[in-house]
Amino acid sequence: MSDDQMVTVEVDGRQLKAKAGTLLIEVTDAAGINIPRFCYHKKLSVSANCRMCLVEVAKVPKPLPACATPVNEGMQVFTRSPLALAAQKGTMEFLLINHPLDCPICDQGGECELQDVALGYGNDSSRFVEGKRVVPERDIGPLIATDFTRCIHCTRCVRFGAEIAGVRELGATGRGEHMEIGTYIEKSVDSELSGNIIDVCPVGSLTSKPYLYSARAWELVQREAVAAHDSVGSNLNLHVRRNRVMRVHPRDNEAVNECWISDRDRFSYEGLYSGERLLRPLLKKGNEWQEVEWQDALEAVAQGLKRARGTSGNRLGALLSGNSTLEELYLAQKLMRGLGSENIDYRLRQSDFRSTSATAPWLGQPIAALEALGAALLIGSNIRKDQPMLAHRVRKAALEGAEVTFLNPFEVDLNYRARHLVAAPSAMLGELAAVAKALGIKGKLVNGVEVSDAHKAVAESLKSAERSTVLLGNMATAHPDFSLLRSLASDIAEASGSILGFLPESANSVGAALSGALPGDGGSNAGEMLGNVHKGYLLLGVEPTKDSWNPAKAQATLQQAEFVVALNAFRDQGLEQVADVILPIAGYAETSGTFVNAQGDWQSFGGAVAPAGEARPAWKILRVLGNLLDLSGFDQVSSEEVLAELKATLGERKPDNGGVASGEEEIRLNGNGLVRVGDVPIYAADPLVRRAESLQRTKDAMAAGIYINAETAKTLGLAPGDFATALQEEGRSKLPVFIDATIPAGCARIPAALAGTETLGGQIDNLTLEKA
Amino acid sequence: MKVLRDYVKSLFLLELMRGLGLTGRYLFKKKFTVQYPEERAPISPRFRGLHAQRRYASGEERCIACKLCEATCPALAITIEAKPREDGSRRTTRYDIDLFKCIFCGYCQESCPVDAIVETRHYEYHFENREDAIMTKEKLLAVGDKYEAQLAADIAAQARYR
Repeated sequence: MSDDQMVTVEVDGRQLKAKAGTLLIEVTDAAGINIPRFCYHKKLSVSANCRMCLVEVAKVPKPLPACATPVNEGMQVFTRSPLALAAQKGTMEFLLINHPLDCPICDQGGECELQDVALGYGNDSSRFVEGKRVVPERDIGPLIATDFTRCIHCTRCVRFGAEIAGVRELGATGRGEHMEIGTYIEKSVDSELSGNIIDVCPVGSLTSKPYLYSARAWELVQREAVAAHDSVGSNLNLHVRRNRVMRVHPRDNEAVNECWISDRDRFSYEGLYSGERLLRPLLKKGNEWQEVEWQDALEAVAQGLKRARGTSGNRLGALLSGNSTLEELYLAQKLMRGLGSENIDYRLRQSDFRSTSATAPWLGQPIAALEALGAALLIGSNIRKDQPMLAHRVRKAALEGAEVTFLNPFEVDLNYRARHLVAAPSAMLGELAAVAKALGIKGKLVNGVEVSDAHKAVAESLKSAERSTVLLGNMATAHPDFSLLRSLASDIAEASGSILGFLPESANSVGAALSGALPGDGGSNAGEMLGNVHKGYLLLGVEPTKDSWNPAKAQATLQQAEFVVALNAFRDQGLEQVADVILPIAGYAETSGTFVNAQGDWQSFGGAVAPAGEARPAWKILRVLGNLLDLSGFDQVSSEEVLAELKATLGERKPDNGGVASGEEEIRLNGNGLVRVGDVPIYAADPLVRRAESLQRTKDAMAAGIYINAETAKTLGLAPGDFATALQEEGRSKLPVFIDATIPAGCARIPAALAGTETLGGQIDNLTLEKA
Repeated sequence: MKVLRDYVKSLFLLELMRGLGLTGRYLFKKKFTVQYPEERAPISPRFRGLHAQRRYASGEERCIACKLCEATCPALAITIEAKPREDGSRRTTRYDIDLFKCIFCGYCQESCPVDAIVETRHYEYHFENREDAIMTKEKLLAVGDKYEAQLAADIAAQARYR
């Protein structure tokens, strides 16, 4: 920014410097001069339709809207002059003509922009005696409550839908007094970012349905938190009343989530209050579960672990959730290592561990840098559902002209134009190899693949773009040939000058790797731990039938173990089948801790509410277990102390995408027969969100089923609505058949982590379908 | 001079005599002691006694759970919980007034936009158990039903001053 571009404007007698062409309202906002507004929003386009921000500008006969007036050199602005005030008061009077006086029953009451501005600019009595406009209520889904009678037609929600969410779900019909906001046709608003329209709405037209009428803004205490579902680590404000999280709002952080959050982060708090919440320690006596005192439960755990360990720590294994905090993961691995076990892992949704060493895969670049990409290749990623806020950044880049390519086992639903390379899981490797070949890479995997124009175009886009990236997503991680995909992706990134990145799955995937929750020398990884029976297991925040790559096998293995202790916030049927003791842990918002997000930010947060029932933060439980097992170094009294110790022992470890190639290039997934594509749907990702009632009623909460294309269905003799039995090695499940044209031939999409898929095998693995 | 005057005053007990004179005059005046409970003092329509919740003539409860009374209560005596009723309207699921905390300031009825929470003229009540001092929604509505005629008349009488 050079000086000649800077102009000086005078606002209410104050000299302000700004870049030429900046909007007046941005300049006054930066200077702390308040101009009332409704339709202007810093992240949305300017529509200048509410007319509330009218100000007087010298030498202009009529007042001008500050939100649509660029600043010029020497401009003289008066925001409180008689002309400006008359214009603002006039606008306010018009806005209030049709706005109902139902503030006492409106959820926005107390935090309403219209209420605030009306206090300053409204008249104390109305001159309007005619009847007010009434708009019938519309049902737009389980998350958002509407009352369009209150609407002042600022169109922020419409612009949000078109510009940020990328789906034109809401729109305005009619003109003037007959203007109405609606969904055009009777439908719900299904965007994964839809909750943000609650925040942008300046009045009470769009409010949160789960929070409906339950509290008032002035009763709530705001606590800072970090989202616990995906690796974005969105910054949140939890609104708490009487020790209960009432709702969740975004906290502005330009580097992470801007001012938005996904619906998953916004509404998952409901899970904390689900009926399945575990409130007291459970101990299995015989075949009965009994609620016991903490002392008895902890002693049972200590004894059980000692007994299972016997003489060698190798008989124990720890399976940890990537959604646990850094402190919990650190103490869990310290406990296991103290017992002499190196069998520690958090990568439960991975099956191919061939080429990974103890590295911490991360995004490889700052989150904000995704916006500036010129080209991107996303492999095995449904980024829009898996990491919604990262998808938003990629979308911004795509709208600016970036060439985005998706290589997926089905065509993912996107809200921008992108190139789709759709291939059955077994063919994904070939597709990627073809891109590699187009870049001139040689090797065993590349030999013999055919390069099409599409592959050449992808290669060219990555190579020619100034900034480009190759990203591996959740489905790539779950792929049986992940290590080969990874090495090809790494080669492609190197040959095309792109950044190699991963889209970590859980809130603390990066942190888990950094904290040492990975198998040490000679230790078993998650696949081996769930494949070969160990004597004792420690599960932290893991529900094996939902959170593991091969639930049938995991369940069978855990069942044969001598002793299984589970630390979980909820009761879970699968867990109750295999565990011997279940200890109730504090959920998200109830514990202090640290998450490391995709770009490597260490974000610490405090507990916002006390844990439900007798649940305790997991780090405290692990600490006490360390004492009971007579291990040294378990004397921390706060999570900060654990974090300090972690930092001291591990040093400033940085996330790192380098992986040691094993040199092994055997392709494990053969293309014979049908292959299951078991992606994890957005609202099935972790125990908390699976219990968030309202989210489970949305369209994105998929029904468990077999999704195949019409052709595959025909060859198998299946019709939509039929039931078919899916068979995978030791797993089987009877599920309904759905026809889905986005699924390629040779594979069937059976989403994982849903009720009905607990008895199936590998997420991406061979499959047989039989008509039931 | 002043010293001399004060000396005479105290010597002849003049102040005392004047006081006794006042007492003597009232001895023969009309008595205004009220023989409670046989007799009652008159009560203002603005009297702030036991709380009540009112209903509309249709029988529908007035309270819409706006929580203004809870916010304005200086003694934090009111506790409200609300959620949508089956018909979708905003209603309280809990409305408690702790009479031990209440200071009978009347701010709750002042703040109420629908005249739902009011203070009746009723002041003769007692509790036999501590928990009885919590006026629940049911109890408040029952009080309201009992005194509705009087309450409506009082509010109408005061309407021009509000």
